[in-house]
Amino acid sequence: MFSSLNTLLAGCDERLRRCATARVRQVHVAASRLASISSRAAISALTIAAFSVAAAPINLGRTATPAEIKAWDIDVRPDFAGLPNGSGTVARGQEVWESKCENCHGAFGESNEVFTPIIGYTTKDDIRTGHVAALRSATVPQRTTLMKLSELSVLWDYINRAMPWNAPKSLSTDEVYAVVAYILNLGGVVPNDYVLSNKNMQATQNLLPNRNGKTRDHGLWELGAKPDVQGSTCMTNCTPKVAISSHLPDFARNAHGDIETQNRMLGGVRGIDTLHPAPTAFVTLAARAAINARAVAPVATGAKDPAKLAAQHACLACHGISAKIVGPSFLDVHKKYAAQKADAVKLLTVRIKSGGSGAWGAIPMPPQDHVPEADIRAIAEWIADGKFQ
Amino acid sequence: MSSTRLGRLQKAPEFFLTRDAISLSRDDRRSFLRKAFLAAGATSVALSAPQAFAQAVAAGDPAILNLPAHSKGLGQPVAARPYGLPSKYEENLQRRESPGLTRVGAASVSFAPLQGFFGIITPSGLHFERHHQGWWDIDPSQHRFMINGLVQNPKVYTMDDLMRMPSVSRMHFIECGANTGMEWGNVAVPTVQYTHGMLSCCEFTGVPLKWLLDDCGIDMKKAKFILAEGADGSSMTRTINLSNALDDVMVAYGMNGEMLRPENGYPLRLVVPGVQGVSWVKYLRRIEVGDEPYATKDESLHYVDLMPDGQHRQYTSIQEVKSVITSPSAGQVLLDKGFFNITGIAWSGRGKIKKVDVSVDGGKNWKVARLETPVLDKCLSRFNVDWTWDGSDAILMSRATDSTGQIQATISELRKVRGTRSIYHNNAIQSWLVSANGEVSNVQLA
Repeated sequence: MFSSLNTLLAGCDERLRRCATARVRQVHVAASRLASISSRAAISALTIAAFSVAAAPINLGRTATPAEIKAWDIDVRPDFAGLPNGSGTVARGQEVWESKCENCHGAFGESNEVFTPIIGYTTKDDIRTGHVAALRSATVPQRTTLMKLSELSVLWDYINRAMPWNAPKSLSTDEVYAVVAYILNLGGVVPNDYVLSNKNMQATQNLLPNRNGKTRDHGLWELGAKPDVQGSTCMTNCTPKVAISSHLPDFARNAHGDIETQNRMLGGVRGIDTLHPAPTAFVTLAARAAINARAVAPVATGAKDPAKLAAQHACLACHGISAKIVGPSFLDVHKKYAAQKADAVKLLTVRIKSGGSGAWGAIPMPPQDHVPEADIRAIAEWIADGKFQ
Repeated sequence: MSSTRLGRLQKAPEFFLTRDAISLSRDDRRSFLRKAFLAAGATSVALSAPQAFAQAVAAGDPAILNLPAHSKGLGQPVAARPYGLPSKYEENLQRRESPGLTRVGAASVSFAPLQGFFGIITPSGLHFERHHQGWWDIDPSQHRFMINGLVQNPKVYTMDDLMRMPSVSRMHFIECGANTGMEWGNVAVPTVQYTHGMLSCCEFTGVPLKWLLDDCGIDMKKAKFILAEGADGSSMTRTINLSNALDDVMVAYGMNGEMLRPENGYPLRLVVPGVQGVSWVKYLRRIEVGDEPYATKDESLHYVDLMPDGQHRQYTSIQEVKSVITSPSAGQVLLDKGFFNITGIAWSGRGKIKKVDVSVDGGKNWKVARLETPVLDKCLSRFNVDWTWDGSDAILMSRATDSTGQIQATISELRKVRGTRSIYHNNAIQSWLVSANGEVSNVQLA
């Protein structure tokens, strides 16, 4: 568009220069080139659009058709506005569950392997009160979906729009009703012969264990609402005693990988080399490098630092040295295999190379056959040896 | 160079040179390379800069005395990398996952490396990620944006329509409601990347939502809320107050001067300044105008803040006043005693940053930090303060005050009201312990 305008203007320029009796017409235009021409000479041959006096109507886009709105407007509100008619039994829900949901969420909605559990820690008494008692104590390891669920509409809406995980929006309306019924049955909210439909959603809502466990009385929703916590304005002698109440334990030093490689190697600071223990006194960077060089020196005769290899090959993303992450900790693996002293390295080498599942739970460890043989062996020896620091 | 060519202007590039001049230049280069190898052999590559300097101190720094290849050779041509990349020396700064936080990469988060950032703008490639059902690179020619509900004329817009409209560009922070969420009970993660890295700040370009709602004839008598919905598998939905929606919410396609990155919602996302990231719906396909909140999954079931009385706060949205020192910060080690620039960022979902105080003694005494410009509404602000480390233990903290007068509280003050299990909206003062060994670590104070 701009290039054609410029071509036009170039021709115009030439003609105007030859024109002896020029009349200047005032035109408000955005293009600076055009503005400079009009100040120099008259434009008589062109009709040029100018800004209108009133604000221009945008007039873009078009009216949405009823079919388009129907295709996208799938949300279901807490008052069940938007809920399509349909129904589903607990039995049908179980069929759908076992074929499409169980893999991630477990047979009883209890699984913690892929997502947080859906079912657990709600009681008959909670159904009576509408408050899940377990939410008031810190005894439950984590909150399940049913503990938090206060609107039935969201269970229906979310399953309908986003489940199953890898094929969202593939369930029929009746299948969604059925799966919701099955989940509520797993949680002891509705009986085995329950049929959930658009007609009894509100009645079912009235059974939710945590239907009363919600509040909007806080300062984080309405603009201008009052905050519930205010800090101090004190500038001097603010606290008589400074005491540290929490810090990371030493064994977690390397739980997020080598922090040195997560920092810029430039400036007034460096990342901490978490593959080595903290120095007991202050050392300059150069001295620290020398200490670390000596520390790895014995290994340097051919072999590589296995801790570095474990970081390099992302073993530490799933296995902590002493903490379980996705997979077991190296310390636990060491303990398990230490009894088989003669074979430990061989067994671990095979395990790392070909992966597997079952030994430590259902989450499979993918095969690591892309890792060089020597590195796998070094890591296996390191785990078998069990001397992690 | 040959003395015969001294003072004589040669036309560039190389093909303007005579055959003789080219061969002369090649000989020069070969002899240069030989010299460079000899020089490299003389000082061991393994030596650190200070060690090398110590060896050669009599004459001076080898980095000065031995001219490097880049001073004596020809560099890369233009457009060798048509889309530019950071220096290879900067590859340590990457967005990273926190091991064990989630089990599935498509429903996870990657944290921005705040420890290495300057100023207030997050480079697009290091913007934190949060996906609920994986990310997509959507064909923008097939993307549609619909407004329906309590409007006179429900409409559909193409990207062409939206990008023809009048636009605004504004800088805002985006912070996940769960940022610092792992630290409610105790110290859990080792660096500022993981404590505060679900935070980014960019310049966004797009159309104010108000103009679009007006274009559809919003029913101002009935309308009270809007629902924003994404086009991806999760079809993310969140309710937004109409007062927010008409204030500064925008439908954005631009980020830091280019289109949004796919990980950040290409080609269209909602920008809801001051409100937690989950409301900034990516791959935005629809806005519905309504008269009731929608109780979507991520405001009634997830992203709810559990209080000590067992009640869940729903629809928590506003990101309150907060700040953190980004360097020196946990996971870093100080090179030496002496001068350091303590630097950090402050932000508030309620307005501008008015003041940042910094303490180096665990909150006993505070000093007002220098607030760098620009200081913008619902945007990161950079602060700096001078500090001389004497080699003893120090605890670095920052405390921000926003334009509404809200002051950032300590973790203890927050816990008194909200307990330790709310997961979301932890805007506590962060403490970094500088130990005598020079290492900085994440600590909480009683």
